[in-house]
Amino acid sequence: MAEFWVNMGPQHPMTHGLWNMKVKIDGETITDAAPEIGYLHRGYEKIMEVREFQKNVVLTDRLCYVSSITWSHAYALACEKMMDITVPPRGQWIRVISLELQRIASHLMWLAAYGPDLGLLTGLLWALRERELFLDLIQLLSGARMNQNFPRIGGVRNDLPPDFDKYCAKITKHFREKLKEYHRLFHESKIFLMRTQGVGRISLADAINWGVTGPNLRACGLDVDLRRLEPYETYEEVDFEPQVWKGGDGGDSYARFMCRFNELEESCRIIEQAIKKVPSGAYRAKAPRRAEGEGFARTEDSRGEALFYVIGDGDDRPYRVKIRSPVFCTMAATPLMLRGNKMADVVSILGSVDVCVGEMDK
Amino acid sequence: MSGALVSPDLFTLCKVLITGIMKIQSDAILAGAPVGSPVEPLRGLAYFLMEDWFLTFNAWMIAITIMVTWAAAIQLLTMMWIERKFYSRLQDRYGIMISIWSLPFWPFSWWAKRRNKPTHRGLGYLQNVADGVKLLQKENITPANADSAMFHTAPVLIASSTVMIFAALPFSEGFVIANMPMSLLFILAAFSLAPLGILIAGWASNNKYTLIGGMRAAAQLMAYEIPLLLAVVALLMYAGSLNVIDIVHKQEALLVMLGPIPIPAWNVFSIPQFIGFAVFLVAIMAEMERIPFDIPEAEAELVEGWLTEYSGMRFGLLFGFKWLRALAGSALVVILYLGGWSGPVFVTLTPAVGATVIPIPIIPHEVWFLLKVYLLFLLFVWVSWSVPRVRIDQILNIGWKRLIPLSLLAILLAAYLAALGPALGGIR
Repeated sequence: MAEFWVNMGPQHPMTHGLWNMKVKIDGETITDAAPEIGYLHRGYEKIMEVREFQKNVVLTDRLCYVSSITWSHAYALACEKMMDITVPPRGQWIRVISLELQRIASHLMWLAAYGPDLGLLTGLLWALRERELFLDLIQLLSGARMNQNFPRIGGVRNDLPPDFDKYCAKITKHFREKLKEYHRLFHESKIFLMRTQGVGRISLADAINWGVTGPNLRACGLDVDLRRLEPYETYEEVDFEPQVWKGGDGGDSYARFMCRFNELEESCRIIEQAIKKVPSGAYRAKAPRRAEGEGFARTEDSRGEALFYVIGDGDDRPYRVKIRSPVFCTMAATPLMLRGNKMADVVSILGSVDVCVGEMDK
Repeated sequence: MSGALVSPDLFTLCKVLITGIMKIQSDAILAGAPVGSPVEPLRGLAYFLMEDWFLTFNAWMIAITIMVTWAAAIQLLTMMWIERKFYSRLQDRYGIMISIWSLPFWPFSWWAKRRNKPTHRGLGYLQNVADGVKLLQKENITPANADSAMFHTAPVLIASSTVMIFAALPFSEGFVIANMPMSLLFILAAFSLAPLGILIAGWASNNKYTLIGGMRAAAQLMAYEIPLLLAVVALLMYAGSLNVIDIVHKQEALLVMLGPIPIPAWNVFSIPQFIGFAVFLVAIMAEMERIPFDIPEAEAELVEGWLTEYSGMRFGLLFGFKWLRALAGSALVVILYLGGWSGPVFVTLTPAVGATVIPIPIIPHEVWFLLKVYLLFLLFVWVSWSVPRVRIDQILNIGWKRLIPLSLLAILLAAYLAALGPALGGIR
């Protein structure tokens, strides 16, 4: 049979968002692939130049609506470095808690999306069921379920609500039990292993050369976690273990799945420790309206390395903002993962990569 | 002994019914048009109504109508309801809840309001009807570049071949339209016609997704149809007949008494047939296009597979008939391996009406049969909503490397035990 191109997107159940994966297939085997992105481009870097520093947090929230807090936090961190202010310890700890809550919610959304990708609709509803609990926690903390607008330059929007530690402890305890259920639904299923193991492999050298970061790079066996390597906030005081694929011969869908899945439990650990260590004091420092200089911050986002580079020229709005999106770089490497696999593996691979179109197209 | 409600068979009952109705009409005409009256020629009509070929023709029509309504309307809706309700519970949600009180018109809305009934907290049986009505109202779109004739033929082919199964599939000894000597062969042949329709639909839609879906159906067909038939061959060594009713009768014999409980000699209670049963279950699941094997319409990568271009009720027909095939598949497993309609033996009530004794079964055969079919279908639903979908090359591997050797082993063992079993002390 002749080879032909198949559009998987922009309106397609495989794409979680608005983008197009063009796949060239020979029978069922993929011979080539070309991601086509930009459908959701909103010109973030330009819009941010005409808004005040503090008001930009509203925009960065919408970079990835599944993990708003991590993105706003990266922006706030860059601005703080530019303005040369330090966040009070309590604010830093609250940030750590909210970041990890957001990471769990984001990973659960990924897990929920990965289920129907493989034909397992039950996984979707189970993961969304527990995501609801973490959204409740975030709502308790910030007042909103999505686009929380929570991190602010100089700290966070508000203090911890009363009894927040008890709610956190209760929900993380419940969640750990549910993780065992997921384990039975996903890892113990022979068909799940058949669909993920050895599929969409990318070598460590390729992954580094193409700029793959975060859980996708850790799945190749490299221990890179910015929370460890370049600790921001109070991550160096927390005892946690970056989830790296240790089985050797990683870089496939299964390794990526395992890294993300184990991060769920690791984030629970961080929350439990952080909630005990929150000191009393102020949660927010006064940030100047106008600033001059350069701020550069990179953080471990749910999907990889998020980077913000902000330049101020003495005005009350940034002169230039640069955003590095982890998914944007990972997307460039997906043809490498796809080639040689079967057509049904497209969903297995792209699902494990965890695409968020909002941040990819900026 | 428990008995069947429909006895001796559906056609005879219909014949009795239609003969009675026609007799009344015929007698009325004869009484209204006596010999010598001006309307005497009407007596010819009265004689025509009692012609045997006319009664037989009408009886067949009624029997077929009853069977199609029973299978393609009542049972189809029930199967869909069972699946939707059960997988909703697996997923920790309520599922469909439309009840008769949800109907937005008089008298239901009026009564629900008056009695303060919750309108959308029912059992949900009517949801599938509502979905059907919605699909009926939708436009049937034919793609501009589709092969129109073939595009319209495929749904007919699939739907008719599925209904065809029920010409030979019995719900009890009597509840069957045609009791053919080789009915099992007919059922299996009708079953395997649908992939042809899928291939036609996939090609005629002129769409890349549907084409891949259709081709997958053709490739998959080979992988499961052969072990399915080989497992049946192993079964025939024991049953000795291709008639499904004979196969069930053979299983009604007593195998062993477990205390006071008699264990019937179902085919699944034997070594070779159990292997065949396992193979048959997996293969019939692929035949039904249930989730681990619903590769032709893998909605994650192929949008809706070969169904993509169909819309409106044409889509509804193709989509809904999957459950009819699920019903036929489950029924076939029950008939071949699980003893069909033979339930535990229950005493019948035998009230004497005048001089004749009428046996009334407490739990009739039909109920036992449906109970088994529903339970088996629940198992299928359970499996298909807890596992992901396999890949096309993986199902080919499963079919050719696992199922075919297993079914060959079943044939070998069945042949050996059918010949030497009694000599070895009744091993089966």
